[in-house]
Amino acid sequence: MSDANVLLETRGLSKNYGAVVALRSGDLSVQAGEIHALMGANGAGKSTLVKVLTGDVTPNAGEILLDGKEVRFTSPASARKAGLASVYQDVSLVPLLTVAQNLRLTGTTMAAIKPWLEELGLDDVDLTEYVRDLPTPTLHLLDLAQALAALPRLLILDEVTATMPADLSERVFRVARRWRSEGRSVVLISHRMTEVKALCDRATVLRDGTTVGVVDLASSGQEEIVSLMLGPAAASVVVSEGAVADTAPPPSKEFAPALEVRSLRSGVMQDVSLTLRRGEVLGIVALEGQGQADLFECLSGNRRPEAGEILVQGKTRRFRHPHDAIGAGLVLVPADRALALLRQRSVLENIALPMVNRLRRWGLINTGAERRRVKAAIDRLDIDTRAGSRVMRLSGGNQQKVTIARWLATGFLTLLCFDPTRGIDIRTKEQIYRVLRELAASGSAVLLFTSEMPEIQLACDRALVMYAGRVVTELSAHDATEPVLLRAAHGLGRSAAAEAS
Amino acid sequence: MKTVARFARRNAWTLGIYGLFVAVMIFTISIHPNYGPYEIETLVVGALPLAFAATAQACVVLGGGIDLSIGAMMAVANVLAARYMFHHDFQTAVLISLLILAGGVLAGSLNGLIAVRTRVPDIVVTLAMSFVWGGVALLILAKPGGGAPDAFMALSSGNLFSPWLPNGLLLLIVVVSAVWVPLKLGRLGLALYAVGSDRTAAFRQGVRVGPTRVFSYALGGFFAACGGLALMMSTGIGSPLAGTIYTLSGISAIVLGGVSLAGGRGGVTGPIVAAFVLTLVPADLILSGTDPNLGQVIQGVLLVLVVMAGGLAPLLRARAVERRAARAA
Repeated sequence: MSDANVLLETRGLSKNYGAVVALRSGDLSVQAGEIHALMGANGAGKSTLVKVLTGDVTPNAGEILLDGKEVRFTSPASARKAGLASVYQDVSLVPLLTVAQNLRLTGTTMAAIKPWLEELGLDDVDLTEYVRDLPTPTLHLLDLAQALAALPRLLILDEVTATMPADLSERVFRVARRWRSEGRSVVLISHRMTEVKALCDRATVLRDGTTVGVVDLASSGQEEIVSLMLGPAAASVVVSEGAVADTAPPPSKEFAPALEVRSLRSGVMQDVSLTLRRGEVLGIVALEGQGQADLFECLSGNRRPEAGEILVQGKTRRFRHPHDAIGAGLVLVPADRALALLRQRSVLENIALPMVNRLRRWGLINTGAERRRVKAAIDRLDIDTRAGSRVMRLSGGNQQKVTIARWLATGFLTLLCFDPTRGIDIRTKEQIYRVLRELAASGSAVLLFTSEMPEIQLACDRALVMYAGRVVTELSAHDATEPVLLRAAHGLGRSAAAEAS
Repeated sequence: MKTVARFARRNAWTLGIYGLFVAVMIFTISIHPNYGPYEIETLVVGALPLAFAATAQACVVLGGGIDLSIGAMMAVANVLAARYMFHHDFQTAVLISLLILAGGVLAGSLNGLIAVRTRVPDIVVTLAMSFVWGGVALLILAKPGGGAPDAFMALSSGNLFSPWLPNGLLLLIVVVSAVWVPLKLGRLGLALYAVGSDRTAAFRQGVRVGPTRVFSYALGGFFAACGGLALMMSTGIGSPLAGTIYTLSGISAIVLGGVSLAGGRGGVTGPIVAAFVLTLVPADLILSGTDPNLGQVIQGVLLVLVVMAGGLAPLLRARAVERRAARAA
């Protein structure tokens, strides 16, 4: 396409961080006066492409053309000068300065930003407040107002609305539409298909760091985008995952509850009660920051709850330390593998670590028994241990398997998985789902928080949706389709959710 | 009223350290009823090197770094002054001190450049540089000696306007405000705080992170050189080893003075007042007949207690806010 209307074009952009390829071949073409969506699964390279466009990182190869002329951005400041401004998913205002001082840093005058503050409904924000004292949605809007004040020709919104309530998102969309009507362009990254359909003209789809297609949103359906995003290989995996879930035995009500939580309160979490039976995988779904992290912190003994009770097999337990929770059979697989693993040590040591408290003979570690149990866990999870002398050399998926293997070797009653498949390839994800199902089938209980809603139907028996620190909906796996979960996770009522499905 | 309350809240630590200084001062006068101009002059002369060392470290730490070679750079400045000013007149001495200050800026920039360009952690770079500068100081002057013209020494010890206002204090105020006030008012100072607060965010806001960090080290080098000269004025001779203690005592002063070691939070007045407190306390302890060795212990305990109290205040405030919110709900 050699349209005269093309504002920005990128060809074959690539970026790798060490051995990790974040972006393989990013091609993007944005016309003047359009809202262009950038779509792809987690880790497809959307954010990296945006960072390259805004000068946040320098690409390893490829070119960026603005009005047909090649440009190179060495810093966000130089991109801004050229007319590209972006709002990132993490706020980029300096936390220990006031809002006004931040504006001075970018050279934004009051006169330039004032109309945008009004447009976004921020007139009542005190600009002499420290940034760290303001709530995140407000900061995202302030970030946006600052970007708008530079009157960029291309505005890039990287998952800005992900953590916003609906009324605030609507303000963002209104600005985006206005931008388009003035002949400028917007690039939008969003996981919410409805948002994209309603707002955008075209979409570029990325998969594994490569642009796999450009879709005209007016004429094509959701399925086309989804199949582009997942790719042919993934489609077959999804089918086999469904088979995994089908073969699992239905949860038996005869088992005593492995875990019972009554009116637990801590941090954002206001009042959570749940029952987890043996032989069941219970899914938790929530948007960022709805109290799910607090729930897992309390259950794993990292934090003491402010109120409420935790019952393990019918007995009230108080955890002062993760040691107590592990003793009671509650073990955690966190999202951040770096937090769970000794990165410099071997796979063997990492898996054996929690066992150290048990396998002792006259005060020394019983290495024979240790090795046997570790070997069994490694075989069961099919961990690639070729680079096993240091866990940090393993791939992300294999590292995650090590954190799970650790508990397989040690033994447990309830496995607490906090987003265990974050940033993991689809094959490993499938293996992890299968292991979770098998664990449940053998009588363990699994509590699984996931940020990827389709996982609920693949791995869980039942799902709870949390919103604003409370459990708002309970669904069987069969009913827990992505649109229903998404609505509930945004605090929209159940009746509305039913209508949507 | 609201702005007053907010000012107090934001500068609580600095106000607290002023309060501590006043308390220590009252205690001093109570055990030493004849406290007068001479004692004040002694205090200022004694505290001046530490005050400059604290300012130097504050500049670096506010920018998100740390410089463990401040004391060694002070030693180099100190021995350079002692060796080359010896037997010269006042004008030459002033010229030499200007050259030393320029040298301080260069030395600090070198520290910063190495840390920024090589990406070796600053704590390692400056620790290594502390050995380099320490060795250089010994090469310049192997054992204590040298000196400076009396008129130069009088810059810190005499008094020009009033016996209650020693020259040293005047010197400190003039030098620090000549550098700090324009910095604080301009964009560069803002950039320094921004980089110390959050490097990624600062980068995205268009701050040139690398040069700003080098600048913070250069400022540190400048004030370290000031400290070396102040050491010359207070001791009267050059000593290649006298400076080294000021790296760690400077860090104590900035911590006591409310500078966050994580960067981006604090100022220079807090550390300077803290330097006076840290000079006054051991003097008081000796005066009140305490064993000087016990004095060290007491100083350490004081430091920990103050920092603990400082950590407690925001915690209590957060609890109060929570309780108010709970009552409202």
